[in-house]
Amino acid sequence: MSTVSPEELNDKAQKILADIDAKGGVLKASERLAIPAQEMPNQDPGQRRHNTDEVALGYSVAQARVEASRCLQCKNQPCVAGCPVSLPIRDFVSAIAANDFGKAIALIKEKSLLPAVCGRVCPQESQCQASCTVGKSLKDVDKAVAIGRLERFVADWEREQSQAPVPEVKPASGKKVAVVGSGPASLVVAADVRREGHDVTVFEAFHKFGGVMLYGIPEFRLPKAIVSAEVETLRAMGVKLIPNFLVGRTRTLQDLMDKDGFDAVFVGTGAGLPHFMNIEGENLVGVFSANEYLTRANLMRAYEKGRAATPIVDAHRVAVLGGGNVAMDAARTALRLGADEVYLIYRRTAKEMPARVEEVEHAKEEGVQFHMLRNAKRILGDEQGRVTGIECLCYELGEPDASGRRAPVAIAGSEFVLPVDTVIVAIGNGSNPLIRQTTPGLEFNKRGNIVCDESGRTSLAKVFAGGDIVLGAATVILAMGQGRRAAAAINDMLSKA
Amino acid sequence: MKPTDYAILSKRQLSENVYMMRIHAPYIAAERKPGQFILLSVDESYGERIPLTIADADVAEGSITIIFQKVGFTTTQLAAMEVGDHLAAVLGPLGQPTHVSKVGTVVCVGGGIGVAPMHPIAKAFKAAGNRLICILGARNKDLVILEDEIRAFADEVIVCTDDGSAGRKALVTAPLKEFCEQAPRPDLSIAIGPPIMMKFCAETVRPYGVPLIVSLNTIMVDGTGMCGGCRVTVGGETKFVCVDGPEFDGLKVDFDGMMKRLQAYRPQEQRMAAGGGDHQCRMMAQAEKLEKK
Repeated sequence: MSTVSPEELNDKAQKILADIDAKGGVLKASERLAIPAQEMPNQDPGQRRHNTDEVALGYSVAQARVEASRCLQCKNQPCVAGCPVSLPIRDFVSAIAANDFGKAIALIKEKSLLPAVCGRVCPQESQCQASCTVGKSLKDVDKAVAIGRLERFVADWEREQSQAPVPEVKPASGKKVAVVGSGPASLVVAADVRREGHDVTVFEAFHKFGGVMLYGIPEFRLPKAIVSAEVETLRAMGVKLIPNFLVGRTRTLQDLMDKDGFDAVFVGTGAGLPHFMNIEGENLVGVFSANEYLTRANLMRAYEKGRAATPIVDAHRVAVLGGGNVAMDAARTALRLGADEVYLIYRRTAKEMPARVEEVEHAKEEGVQFHMLRNAKRILGDEQGRVTGIECLCYELGEPDASGRRAPVAIAGSEFVLPVDTVIVAIGNGSNPLIRQTTPGLEFNKRGNIVCDESGRTSLAKVFAGGDIVLGAATVILAMGQGRRAAAAINDMLSKA
Repeated sequence: MKPTDYAILSKRQLSENVYMMRIHAPYIAAERKPGQFILLSVDESYGERIPLTIADADVAEGSITIIFQKVGFTTTQLAAMEVGDHLAAVLGPLGQPTHVSKVGTVVCVGGGIGVAPMHPIAKAFKAAGNRLICILGARNKDLVILEDEIRAFADEVIVCTDDGSAGRKALVTAPLKEFCEQAPRPDLSIAIGPPIMMKFCAETVRPYGVPLIVSLNTIMVDGTGMCGGCRVTVGGETKFVCVDGPEFDGLKVDFDGMMKRLQAYRPQEQRMAAGGGDHQCRMMAQAEKLEKK
């Protein structure tokens, strides 16, 4: 990753851009492939581990235009096929190269409501960028056109231009739609359904809107101001936002339809109960789910020690269990909250880690220590029930398992103890049981996820679902994609009613 | 949808550190059942979310009644609020409602502030046709709450205080044991109060084979089944108080583990209580330095 300053990166890009402009932007494919991939300027690792400011600083105008000039403008657009919401990638990248940022963002917004979010947190390297011809020609997916960074660039550019335009809303249809939850799937449904003139109410259990984008993904990866801006856009469109309202308990889903007259309900309640390892010592003081640790730090603002009423453990030596993006977020949050040592314990190797390469690199740069092919066997505690250490077992990789990844196999007698005072378990989530417990007739699978068709239709009439409550733990963009399709189905149903 | 502003409609001090408030929360009032609780917060930006049980509700008025003890940062802030003030957030009703049925004789044991959540549960068991005995425990007579309210419907009420200033000078487990020894034995016992009291109630009824339900109040953040902070070990399995509880089989709860988890934030709480947080502590230290000059 880059340790080059933003100024230096910009200077280099300026020079390249001058050459491109001198040719009127008309380049041969070989010339485009020769343009160096633009590095993302980042906050210095030594500094950023002590603050919660965003790590990736974003491209300059010159960098964005140079990066966009690397695009070969393929006729068959393999990148678009790789995008869950089919963004017109080739065309918006072309607009950026041509210095027409307004056109670029308008093209994106036809398909995506949350480009500033997706540009930051989408796993582009396994979606659009995985199939990019530039990356394939250079035989390195990391050298693909940086589509995500470009998406972020134009979304940020738009936000910085005074007021982003409020999407147009059709005249009132007289139909009412309830949206349960306010994460990425729900926000997309709210916007798309509201645009058709329906009366939309979003119900959120927390006191703030944004779901996992607020309580889960940390500020240093996704600034909360970006999420609030999206929520404010919905408010400006006339979407009603009701906080502190837990559908299933404050009011049942059926009552929303029968008593409150909602003509359709979208359920986007997200992932639920955190998984634990089911090992000895897991209920000791100092063991947290990543959900709890991150919610305390992010939503409840525990990182502002002394101002926030919500306490967070004074962690000095922290073990994080897991290898996904949430594990990286927890490890890097622990550093920022003042931990001296943070160990990331994962039972396979870096190659099998589900976390994004970029997040793993950032975590390493900041000082997170990776213990690969290790797994927790039990957590040790003192007489007060506080964590004192974690006993781990070493593993080696065996034959591929059902997931296609080589299965870790424990090495007998390889136990060792890491002295830690805090353990954060980040091995995934089950599903939230609340809607299931309180909504007779709604069909769930054996994992507790809502069963629905491609358009998000559930087993109950007028009830739709999407996001992690359907997918299990997935990504923002997949949730958005489901929201889009469910919104289309809701609009279609209401237009015929 | 009805507007909800979480206004404080009334406030009464029940004892030195115990307060009763009626809060405007029409949806919760309409939906709440005995055994359920709420999460509340007093500050939109920096407040913490604390679980409190619902002592009563008035559907017509759209209000719920909470009873709380001033013990930590947020309850101290809450106690300082007055009629007309608004809470930042109230979420509920949370948790599984009590499974109320006619079983015969029910003994309800409430300790200290635990009498507040016990009140609606006891009332519901009486209404279901049970013979109802209530044992109310407190350190002294000033800390006995809701005695008159409970006497209004219970078949028998026994008050116990540590110092004998009201009722019997005894722990609640003494009369509980006596009822277990009498024929006919109680068909069900319910204990709500400090974890140590619930633990000893479990040990008291265990030899007699009297079932015991306890209602747990653990540390929570979201209260909706997302954070897992509220987990307890019940019968060797990890359970989540917010969605699996708050009521569990008292004979299976690992109270020792639960009590340790409840102490998790004691150092931070003491710091907050000492001066409203580190920030203020530092400011006060600086101010002191200046004064000395």
